[in-house]
Amino acid sequence: MSLWRQLTHGLRGLAHRKQRDGEADDEVLHYLEEATAAWKSRGLSDEEAKRAARLEVGNITAVEEEVRSYGWENKVRTFVSDLRFAARQLRNHPGFTVVCILTLALGIGASTAIFSAINPILFKPLPYPHPGRVLMIWCTSQGSRWEVSFGSYRELAARSHSFDATAIFEPWQPALTGASQPERLEGQSVSAEFFRVLGVAPVLGRDFLASEDTFNGPRVVILSDSIWHRVFHGDPAILGRAVRLSDDNYTVVGVMPRDFENVLAPRAEVWTPAQYDPRQLVTDLNGWGWGEHLRMVGRLKAGVSRRQATQELSKIASTPWPQFPRPRWASLRRGLIVDSLQDDIAHTVKPALLAVLGAVILLLAIAWVNVVNLVLARGSQRREEFAVRGALGASKGRIIRQLITENLLLAWFGGMAGVIVAFAGLRALVALSPAELPRTDVMAIDPAALFFALAVTAMVGIAAGLIPAIHISRGEMQAGLQQNSRRTAGGRGSTRRALVVIEVALAFILLVSAGLLLRSMRRLLAVNPGFDPSHLLTMQVATSGHQFDNVVSAPGAGARAGDRARRRFYEQALDAVRHVPGVEQAAFTSLLPLSDDPPVDALYGAQFEDQSGDTGENVFRYAISPEYCETMGIPLLSGRFLDERDTGSSPQVALISESLAKSHFGHASPLGKRLHVGPRNRPWYTVAGVVGDVKQTSLTINQSDAVYLSSEQTWFADDRLSFVIRTSGESAALAPAIERAIWSVDKNQPVVRVMTMEHMIAGTEAERRFVLILFEAFGLVAVVLAAVGMYGLLSGNVAERTREMGVRAALGASRGDILSLILRDGMRLTLFGIMIGLCGGIAATQAIATLLFGTSPLDPIAWAGVVAMLAGVSAIACWAPAWRASRVDPAITLRAQ
Amino acid sequence: MSEQNTDVIQGTLDMLILKTLSLEPLHGFGIGRRVEQISRGVFKVNPGSLLTALQRLERAGWLDSEWRQTENSRRAKFYRLTAAGKKQLEVETADWARRVSAIARLLREGA
Repeated sequence: MSLWRQLTHGLRGLAHRKQRDGEADDEVLHYLEEATAAWKSRGLSDEEAKRAARLEVGNITAVEEEVRSYGWENKVRTFVSDLRFAARQLRNHPGFTVVCILTLALGIGASTAIFSAINPILFKPLPYPHPGRVLMIWCTSQGSRWEVSFGSYRELAARSHSFDATAIFEPWQPALTGASQPERLEGQSVSAEFFRVLGVAPVLGRDFLASEDTFNGPRVVILSDSIWHRVFHGDPAILGRAVRLSDDNYTVVGVMPRDFENVLAPRAEVWTPAQYDPRQLVTDLNGWGWGEHLRMVGRLKAGVSRRQATQELSKIASTPWPQFPRPRWASLRRGLIVDSLQDDIAHTVKPALLAVLGAVILLLAIAWVNVVNLVLARGSQRREEFAVRGALGASKGRIIRQLITENLLLAWFGGMAGVIVAFAGLRALVALSPAELPRTDVMAIDPAALFFALAVTAMVGIAAGLIPAIHISRGEMQAGLQQNSRRTAGGRGSTRRALVVIEVALAFILLVSAGLLLRSMRRLLAVNPGFDPSHLLTMQVATSGHQFDNVVSAPGAGARAGDRARRRFYEQALDAVRHVPGVEQAAFTSLLPLSDDPPVDALYGAQFEDQSGDTGENVFRYAISPEYCETMGIPLLSGRFLDERDTGSSPQVALISESLAKSHFGHASPLGKRLHVGPRNRPWYTVAGVVGDVKQTSLTINQSDAVYLSSEQTWFADDRLSFVIRTSGESAALAPAIERAIWSVDKNQPVVRVMTMEHMIAGTEAERRFVLILFEAFGLVAVVLAAVGMYGLLSGNVAERTREMGVRAALGASRGDILSLILRDGMRLTLFGIMIGLCGGIAATQAIATLLFGTSPLDPIAWAGVVAMLAGVSAIACWAPAWRASRVDPAITLRAQ
Repeated sequence: MSEQNTDVIQGTLDMLILKTLSLEPLHGFGIGRRVEQISRGVFKVNPGSLLTALQRLERAGWLDSEWRQTENSRRAKFYRLTAAGKKQLEVETADWARRVSAIARLLREGA
């Protein structure tokens, strides 16, 4: 009942506010009149009675305010009027407001966007049941991860007892033909338990059966939801239908759920059983089953820890059993690398992501410091206002409430702008993100992160607003009123000075990191890839179809019929490409440097004639057409290039790279020496020439041992070749004509990865570039914020010290003296900040050392550059207030007081 | 009037107002003056607290108010006890009596 009355009375009070206030005032006035009358009746004169009554009642306005403010509705009213007052305050100080809101928006937005992007990669569990139990298992080569062979997988799976399920998988890119243009699908060739390891089952149909993952087993396929809709229009009767992939009919047995996220191959749309032949493992140690090109996953049994599994696997690796023979390269004696799936997919990008996370935290800290600084500055400018309001009867609580309202309003605007920045920022991040970044499809603004940033910002804002409020005890309010007359040096807000120093220091750390990354990028782009990437167009063409099958059962040369068809197709295609107008030179290669061609597929053992037994080196094997080196611009150092004379029937020759020649022959000439590449039961290759080194997989890695063979003289015909085409004009524009030329030979062969070489090289450094862009952006924002902080501090100082400047000028200080006084003040703070930043920077740059290339974390140019830049920017920020101070006219200021 | 007037004991203002109004309807100043008179000037009522308390009691349903002419023909807000207010007065009086006797006992025992 009472609650109801509270509500109705309150609402009535709100509706008839004027009347209610009038009544309250009237009641107080009546009280005063009665009191006056009472005093008069005791014999006081009119004047004396009035005085006595006033004394009795106290401050009329304050009493009226007290009486009026009873009831919850008045709290609402006060809040609304506070809000309106706050909005007016913000509007009247647009510079302050805009800078605060922008700062908050940048801080909140950037940190939320970055955290939202990083969270699914590093922290959020993968979208599988018990994701912590899914492990990746790798072989080891020189301490890093190396793919496993089917033979190793079979032994590990058979001997280990730690796993519920294990699987291997490798990329599978079948051609989907029949449509207007042949399309190459992304897919995976997997062992039967692949989906069981992930813990995901098809939503339609069934999973693979063990009987389907057998040598020459039935051709079956599981589709992703996306391809089911894209190509088959979501046909519910898809199960059991035959789909033509690479010239074969595959029966659809299942469709994966729409929300199935495949972190192992995000773009895979089709899956088929791998169908390896376990019998061949024992009979043929050189066979396909021992090629190390598979990745292996396993799901731990409940209750088995990763540690136990790792120990068991390494025990298996170190104790071979006779029933599982191992070839030399798959001896497993270097051990295995076992990692959780989540850590595994993130391990290459983790240092970069952590660096970015650190940078954004620094940025957020700078934003907070800046806002606190601005609010404090506003607070000290408003001391007079508070003093006046206090003198007029506003209680301390009332003023504090007003301040909090103002800061909350500011935080709210900043937060809303921050949300916008966060959404835009995340979209930009995903668009900019390098291909290696996993899980970009599921990146979305993390509500928890956004809420956290908003809450902390609101709290920081309130705290900053409270600091001036706390100073306003009654006594200080009076001091505030008197301050007018003694506003000189001294008490110049040491908190704010410290904050500016912190800002400069934080900005310095960010800038030094950005500077080092920039230097690295410069170094990297200056690296000579060993060929000329300008005006070079590349595209990959894979052959698919039964005309390229080798018929193993056919006798003699018939067995290689497929290889011959493949070579013929590529030669005809190359010929067609060479006839496209605008093409200057064209060639093809089995391995394109700095592309995403998997390097493991191209690494073979090479052995020179004078080497024996197991010795030799791993080299990149290039199967090339004539003119490849000329088209790429790879220089010939001695001997000759490969040309049309090197056919399948002529003597076998090879080009070797300079580094291989040097490491094996020193200064002696390798020409005419003989070597084996790959299988050793074939004729020797004779070295016909030495060519320059080429960066094979990355500009940062020196792995340049390479052997170039004529594509007609290799022991198998590659089914996937990259065309390289040097054009006279803009190379990207020629792409459609060249694709048409290839399809004029065979319209069923998909052409993919059409890209200029320059674009491709940029892509290999995408991760580094991504980090660099972020650091540059954050560094820039940090400098601007620090400059704003410095400018705000000094302007405030100068405004407060106008009188002092006037006195100084009157006593004979020249404009230059005053200018340098303020400048020195600002530069001293900058110097402090830089000194602190130097210490912090040394620690921070160690953390990004792994991201640097050819640049020391203590690179003097980067450090000196940043010192100079910060000093320059802060000098500019100091200049305006200093100039204003030097223009103070002593006559005017002194008279004004 | 005594020089030693004291502020009303915390929490008893409501009871004093209710008691004062149980005799006859009064306006704000009248209530304050009556409390002072009856307490022989021991209690002094702060006008701000008094007027706020009146609003609170009215909001709680224990008082009614109306604007009326006073003897010297000025409009003033008069407060009157409601039935609920009467009951509340009894509750508070009983409660007060209980406390006073308890304190008295404590003081006696302690001596």
